[in-house]
Amino acid sequence: MTAMQIFFLIVGLVILGSALMVVTTGNLIHAALWLIVTLFGVAVLFAILNASFLAVVQVVVYIGAIAILFIFAVMLTHKEMRDRGPQLNNSWWLNAIISLLTFGGLFWMLQSWNGFSKVAADFPSSYDAVGQLGNALISPDAFVLPFEVASVLLLAALVGAVYIAFNPHSGDSRK
Amino acid sequence: MIPLSWFLILSAALFSIGLFGVLSRKNAVAILLGIELMLNAANINLVSFWRYGDVSQMAGQVFAIIVFAVAASEVAVGLALVISVYRRRNTVIADEIDLMKW
Amino acid sequence: MTTETLIWLIPLPPILAFFLIVLFTNRNKALSHSVAIGAALLSWLGAMIVFVRAIGTPDLGKTPFASFINWIPTADTWLKVGVQIDPLGAVVLFFVAWTVLMIFIYSVGYHNYGQPAGDHDQPGLPPHGATDEHGHQVPSVEPMYSRFFAFISLFAFGMFTLVVSDNLLTLFAGWEIMGLCSYLLIGFWYAKESARNAAVKAFMTTRVGDVFMLLGIAFLYSATGSLSYRDIFQPQVLHTLASVPTPIFGLSAAGLIGLMLFIGTIGKSAQFPLHVWLPDAMEGPTPVSAMIHAATMVSAGVYMVIRMFPLISLDPKTMTVIAFIGTFTAIFAATIAVAQNDIKRVLAYSTISQLGFMIAALGVGAYVAAAFHLVTHAFFKALLFLGSGSVIHGMEHGVLHTGDHKVDPQNMFKMGGLRKLMPITFWTFLIGGFALSGFPLLTAGFWSKDEILAVAFSNGDFVVFLTLAVAAFLTAFYTMRQITLTFLGEPRTKEAEHAHETPWTMTLPLVVLAVFAIGYGWVGIPKDFLGLHLHPGWFPEFVGSTLAVTPAESPFSWIVFGTSLLVALGGLFFGWLAYRNVTAPEQDKLQIPLLKNKYYIDELYSFLFVKPSYWFAETFVYQWVDKGLIDGILHLFGKASNGIGSIIRNYFDLPVINRFFGDGTAHVTQWTGRNLRPIQSGRIQQYMLVSLIVLLAIAGLLYYLLVIV
Repeated sequence: MTAMQIFFLIVGLVILGSALMVVTTGNLIHAALWLIVTLFGVAVLFAILNASFLAVVQVVVYIGAIAILFIFAVMLTHKEMRDRGPQLNNSWWLNAIISLLTFGGLFWMLQSWNGFSKVAADFPSSYDAVGQLGNALISPDAFVLPFEVASVLLLAALVGAVYIAFNPHSGDSRK
Repeated sequence: MIPLSWFLILSAALFSIGLFGVLSRKNAVAILLGIELMLNAANINLVSFWRYGDVSQMAGQVFAIIVFAVAASEVAVGLALVISVYRRRNTVIADEIDLMKW
Repeated sequence: MTTETLIWLIPLPPILAFFLIVLFTNRNKALSHSVAIGAALLSWLGAMIVFVRAIGTPDLGKTPFASFINWIPTADTWLKVGVQIDPLGAVVLFFVAWTVLMIFIYSVGYHNYGQPAGDHDQPGLPPHGATDEHGHQVPSVEPMYSRFFAFISLFAFGMFTLVVSDNLLTLFAGWEIMGLCSYLLIGFWYAKESARNAAVKAFMTTRVGDVFMLLGIAFLYSATGSLSYRDIFQPQVLHTLASVPTPIFGLSAAGLIGLMLFIGTIGKSAQFPLHVWLPDAMEGPTPVSAMIHAATMVSAGVYMVIRMFPLISLDPKTMTVIAFIGTFTAIFAATIAVAQNDIKRVLAYSTISQLGFMIAALGVGAYVAAAFHLVTHAFFKALLFLGSGSVIHGMEHGVLHTGDHKVDPQNMFKMGGLRKLMPITFWTFLIGGFALSGFPLLTAGFWSKDEILAVAFSNGDFVVFLTLAVAAFLTAFYTMRQITLTFLGEPRTKEAEHAHETPWTMTLPLVVLAVFAIGYGWVGIPKDFLGLHLHPGWFPEFVGSTLAVTPAESPFSWIVFGTSLLVALGGLFFGWLAYRNVTAPEQDKLQIPLLKNKYYIDELYSFLFVKPSYWFAETFVYQWVDKGLIDGILHLFGKASNGIGSIIRNYFDLPVINRFFGDGTAHVTQWTGRNLRPIQSGRIQQYMLVSLIVLLAIAGLLYYLLVIV
């Protein structure tokens, strides 16, 4: 077992552990904070996988924007920080079984695939992955159209979010 | 080196945890948190397939970026909906938001 | 412009005038009559140019002005239509153009142009007069003035088309257009019931003839494959037609075709037995009577027979029928005319009689004489009608003056002494009347009638000759009776005392036509008249050249000349003698019921045709067939359908379709929905859980099926 494998195991445990805290903890603010830990772990995984650009974007977008958005949402929808009563619904045991079944099914299907235990080739040291990604995103031969569609989607989501969250009864927003 | 299987198992485990969150949490915001976990699991898969396949094919990374965009949109709209519902019905408990029944 | 192009253009102005008036100028009276008269003038000008060129062209009979176009494609050839002016066409065109133009001008005065609108006039009734600013009753303008000019323009188009046609098809088209206009113009004052009935009667009666004529045309086309005169009158075509037998009366094809065409003429030219419509047609305005029912349309029937003479003359049986009908009509109508008191009806019967003269002339083979009488008659009869219109107009003036509207301004016994009050009308009417009577040497009527008698005599048709001579005597007699009663003596009523000469628009045409009524006869003076070798008139030579063989002139006969002289002068003298002192119908010894009632022909037709038709329509078709039989069958169908319907409803539709299928499926759907409702809890996580379970189950199933099995 190499150092890298040991490092991976530690990161993996952090990710799974914090993820479990996200879905189980009673305090939603804590859940959002645990999500940040998970997301940070995933960013580390991206770095292990030589996807440096994505690692940075993960930190900036997910942790910097989305997670913060969650914290705001939680604060806006709760007058007190901690919810009363159980945070899981009555059928949580059935859900747990289903989730485990899903994990089992996925695992079983993956291990029956012959590329399952594949080992990665060495990453070519002179390879400019970020530049290639940039070219791919704006090249007409590659992904410029999905890229542009994604931008339109973001715009639509922006407008939609503003429209939905706008409160027509509070006259203050007009002033 | 780390085999691909480790990433895939980790991803599957993260996905299942997210799924459990989505199905079990009462709070609508927490359901969205679960969805974020599932999306991250998918991203791990996309990036590891890129890394363990042909690194000159950028589809994996591009897909991951588009997942970011979708996630951002989803969170923005989802949270706006939650806030809107909270304003009208004064609750964020998913089971109580059952206007669409029957 | 070439003559052919000009001929094409002759009928055009009147039809353009018709559309212009109907579409644009119908609100403006002055503009309407200007357009109509302008169009008539253009056609007149074209006709005159063509006529002059025709006279100046040698051998026009062999090589007429002709031009044609392909019109309707048939299987392997074309139906051609075109124009043709040969000598006959030229002389007909001449008198048509003149009479049409004159009558157009006359109509302006006749319809009181320039007078105020009537106090109580309404469209469809003759004008009743207006009160001017001095409180006097004056004539009022016709309310449908523009409509009248539109109709007569359309009529002129039909007549010109008929004359310039080179084939029977366009001739028939013009013929029918004139029939339509005749109907419209007889019924011009449509609010009068008598006018309506007369219009319908004229239309229906001529229709009888037209159907036969169309049959004749169809037969001719099927026999020869052409309707153009040029093709039909080829010697070999005529020979074939004359030798092909038909199963009817043992006539040859030529004879049968000729007979059917002649029946068309019987209707159009009001020959016995289809003459009944023409006297009633006098309900129309007088210019209409003059133009349509004296000068042009009724002449068109004779023109058609003259035109088809080479074909018709092939079969002696047909010629006998034609001669008989013509002769009989001539004497028959003349006897009726003697007993009529209405100034226009006398002329109407006179027209029938004179047309009979022409038909009789054709029947004995007097081609040129018939054509000659056709032309002269058109002039003097138009003159007489216009003169009578002028008289009526003058009398209406008197009626307006006295205010007694019960006085019939057309009754000759209410007139008398008008020669002093209406001098121009009197002199022109006198000229027309003498021309009609055949006043010797001077008038056109003498030369044409004399020629008919001469041909009948020289051909040995003594029955025809004698009958026509008697008819000519009667003609002179009733003409003089008319003149005596109308113009001579002293006024018999206050209305007649206040009669008034008509405006120049009416007297000018009278004068122009009077010139022709005298002068046109001189173009047809026979060569060896009285044994003098005079310079002969060009007419017989010119018109005769239309035929393949120019007919020889009949030799001069003192018997014929004496007869003509005797009947004309005798008739005029006795007419004057008998009526110079007659002041009331009771003193008229010829007012015997048989003649007065026109031999009861109308009553006979009413009994034979009209009443049975009414009975057939009202009782048989309507009461029995329609209401009894057809309605009965329909009701039966209705009831049967109703019964079948209610059986299906009660025993199939209600129990099976409604209860079982309709209500059954509804109940099943309702039950299913009620039981499935709890699934729709509205809880998002429950939905997701169910979806996931189903997804897992399907995935497992697919995996089992695809991979393991």
